[in-house]
Amino acid sequence: MANAAASPGIWGTTIFDGTAAQRGYALNKMCFSFNDAANRAAFLRDEDEYCRRFGLDAAQREGVRRRDVLALIEAGGNIYYLAKLAGIFGLNVQDIGAQQTGRTVEEFRAYLRAAGD
Amino acid sequence: MARIVGGIGTSHIPAIGIAMARQQCDEPYWRPFFEAYLPVRRWIESVRPTVAVVIYNDHGLNFFLDKMPTFAVGAASEYCNADEGWGLPTLMPFQGDAALSWHIIERLVAAEFDLTTCQEMKVDHGFVVPMQLMWPNATSWPVRAIPIHVNTVQHPLPSPRRCLAFGQALGKAIESWPHEERVLVLGTGGLSHQLDGQRAGFINKPFDLFCLEKIVDEPEVLANYSIRELVELAGTQGPELVQWLIMRGALGPAVRKLQSNYHVPISNTGSGMLLLEKAA
Repeated sequence: MANAAASPGIWGTTIFDGTAAQRGYALNKMCFSFNDAANRAAFLRDEDEYCRRFGLDAAQREGVRRRDVLALIEAGGNIYYLAKLAGIFGLNVQDIGAQQTGRTVEEFRAYLRAAGD
Repeated sequence: MARIVGGIGTSHIPAIGIAMARQQCDEPYWRPFFEAYLPVRRWIESVRPTVAVVIYNDHGLNFFLDKMPTFAVGAASEYCNADEGWGLPTLMPFQGDAALSWHIIERLVAAEFDLTTCQEMKVDHGFVVPMQLMWPNATSWPVRAIPIHVNTVQHPLPSPRRCLAFGQALGKAIESWPHEERVLVLGTGGLSHQLDGQRAGFINKPFDLFCLEKIVDEPEVLANYSIRELVELAGTQGPELVQWLIMRGALGPAVRKLQSNYHVPISNTGSGMLLLEKAA
């Protein structure tokens, strides 16, 4: 992955650069559309059709189907845009932080609190 | 002549706005964060700014990735907030000052900062949360506002050094405006946080405290970091520190620290607050 090569040594971190931005364009464009409540409703009505309309590829479509943030980042998703997708399912940044780190939400919150010690 | 009355560094995360909307500011989780703003608001009342220049990064409300300016300056007479997709209440519009915006644009471009100019610009939480923090009970905003967006979303990002220099040019631009204005500069975002990846939740308290100390009298120490180093030390969203460096640059060589606060966590973030005045 060219993108991973752009940030050697920063574990668990993807730099959202030109490579990622090209890779994820369709996915991020779909998520950008979720600024509009009517589009969020259209997505919820027919997720397949909505993803098709924006031309998501198979990996992106599967990542959306599984609500899998790490897979969506791997497929070029930018976290600010993915947050708009997550918001549709009522997930906030702690929910998706827990998901990405394999913790429960309570464990993730405890991890954040510990950073203040 | 316009005068810069001071600068404030503050976090701008959406959770702050949500806590304010839900009236949770006095709850134990939030109190250590919000309490720090009480003396800041008293200071604002005493200096009575007429204009706020707000340095922030748009997170996908006004700018999509089809066009991503490195630096963009608002040049509108009004700026509206809008739905960002996940339920943060939309705030009332902000009055701009197009004449001052164009003066700043003229001076910055003359100083070789090649900008994007925006006669229409929706402002997202990066802009509105700090405004709401400074004036929580406003029924109309007591200042005109000028938004300045910095790309901290899609790499390559402008370097800390470039942003400090941008701030220095911005300060000179503001203070060459030949009309009576009292200008407050808000540098928003940060401090350390990482929303994405397996390292999500990364917060670096020692580095944040180091930044809060150095930015006062030795901002060039922070200007020496690369963006990649800031990602490593402060998380993927940590480069928002450059917006504080623009604020710091605008205040000129010498400043006095009036207030500061650091609290972990608010949501996923190490939150910093700093109130600086220009030293005579």
